[in-house]
Amino acid sequence: MKLLTHNMLTSHVKGVTKGYPLLIKATEVKVNEVDFNPQFVSRMIPKLEWSALVQAADELGHRQDLPVELVPEYEKNEEFLKKVHRVLLEVEVIEGCLRCPESGREFPISRGIPNMLLNDDEV
Amino acid sequence: MATSARLSCLKYLLHLAQDNLDFRLPEIKSLLALRGKPFHYSGHFQEKTPFWCLDGLSEEDVRGVMARSVCAKSAFELWGHGKTHSELKTSLLKYPTENMSPFMCKDSTYRINVYTFNKTLEFEDRIKRIDSMDYLPFEGTVNLKSPQHIFCLLEDYGTDPNDIPEHPNYIYFGRWIADGQRELIRSHSVKNRHFIGNTSMDAGLSFIMANHAKVNKNDLVFDPFVGTGSLLVACSHFRSYVCGTDIDYNTIHGRGRSSRKNKTWRGPDENIRANLRQYGTEDMYIDVMVSDASKHVWREAALFDAIITDPPYGIRESTRRTGSHKDVIKPQDAIYEESHVPVTQAYHLSDIFTDLLNFSAHHLVLGGRLVYWLPVYRPEYCVEMVPLNPCLRIISNCEQTLSSHTSRRLITMEKIKNPEELDSLAYLADPRFSPYQGHNAFREKYFSGVNKRSGKEDNKAAVNGE
Repeated sequence: MKLLTHNMLTSHVKGVTKGYPLLIKATEVKVNEVDFNPQFVSRMIPKLEWSALVQAADELGHRQDLPVELVPEYEKNEEFLKKVHRVLLEVEVIEGCLRCPESGREFPISRGIPNMLLNDDEV
Repeated sequence: MATSARLSCLKYLLHLAQDNLDFRLPEIKSLLALRGKPFHYSGHFQEKTPFWCLDGLSEEDVRGVMARSVCAKSAFELWGHGKTHSELKTSLLKYPTENMSPFMCKDSTYRINVYTFNKTLEFEDRIKRIDSMDYLPFEGTVNLKSPQHIFCLLEDYGTDPNDIPEHPNYIYFGRWIADGQRELIRSHSVKNRHFIGNTSMDAGLSFIMANHAKVNKNDLVFDPFVGTGSLLVACSHFRSYVCGTDIDYNTIHGRGRSSRKNKTWRGPDENIRANLRQYGTEDMYIDVMVSDASKHVWREAALFDAIITDPPYGIRESTRRTGSHKDVIKPQDAIYEESHVPVTQAYHLSDIFTDLLNFSAHHLVLGGRLVYWLPVYRPEYCVEMVPLNPCLRIISNCEQTLSSHTSRRLITMEKIKNPEELDSLAYLADPRFSPYQGHNAFREKYFSGVNKRSGKEDNKAAVNGE
């Protein structure tokens, strides 16, 4: 699971009102190189919940020195975009789980793939 | 000024493949729309013919469309046309010399092809056709192998193979500009794909769907019923980033029985990511997840540029969602096994589509497109059955026949406004809501033994009744 995906996910457990962001508990994290594409990163930034991204990167030890606040005119800042690129597309959680911040429900991640299915009694 | 005015009235001839007829016009229109260009035909437009004449475009536009189209075979700058060879000659002699001369000058090399549709010409006849073009001022040298310029004489003998006329119905002559992407149908064939399933979408239709969806470089595309990821393969080829979900744990993890003949179990690296790797687009892979489309996991935001999907119809894959009819509540410790598979229940087709449209209304960017297949029982199909949503506008609706009484329709919708509170309930008030409920019964009808004969009789009765 890449952090771009994590940034877009929310808990869908019944009755939960504050299910975002999911907490990451990782036992295996990998960095896979992906071609740097500044246009795509610039396009994604406005769609992101910035603080959730920084928090997730921090939890996994890959924050680099990403600022708490999004920098202005980031489109022209290649160094910054490269860092965001790394966090969004290259850092991957291979094993671990995602935890709903409100209900505590955990969604396992195995071989890089989250299992978001709920049980019969949760839907 | 004069030059630009002249160039702007150039006409282009598209030669289209004569299959998937319904899908061609929406494809070309979508690809033109990607470039901000309208579809303008010149003369009398006949959609089902293999030749379309377009104007209002630049050569760059035509190249852009051909770099994406799997419906178009080739494109030409049209120099002349007519019902007979003498009409063609008159038309060609009227074509401005200054438009021709850059491609016919002394130092250039060229070749003339003769293409006939719905008729095969003997070699000698082809040579005769080429020789008879000697009224054109070709000054360059012929080079059959690698010419700088290729010209083409195209003769159209109609579309009925049982009634081939002696003389062509229409003749075109033009300069070849570019070929379409028909080659992708072979190079991406599921026959040679690493990881496939029972319902993998064929390569040609996957690319057509990506084109109808106007997917573009740097887009983010989502497939909520991703299966083995055929649609993601097509979208990633056009350089959009892709993600998908599926309720089937085994498919997402590439486990379980293989869909291939002579093979029992899937290999260790049979998964969607490996498919993208096979075609050199792994960089476009975002993620796939095990998730139930009826209980989506995405936060409320316009995240996706396109949603493109082939929902299960319950024929070769079952329609299901998590949940059970039983009221058993198991008080258990919070242990969620990684590979736990919850009980699933039937997911009614009509609910699938209501949910899909609603999800798209919320999660597509404005102007983003939803492309999906709607299975229909043909004797009962009417356009009112196509589900609507106040935030989505129907762009196209194309039929692919599956049997005498069933077909599936490729529906393309575009998001035109952001949802308001009441919009998600709008379908209840929609008069179209009720006929579309009939789709719950699609599976029953498919297997009901309504055979060819009774299907035809139904049609006959309907016609006679009128």
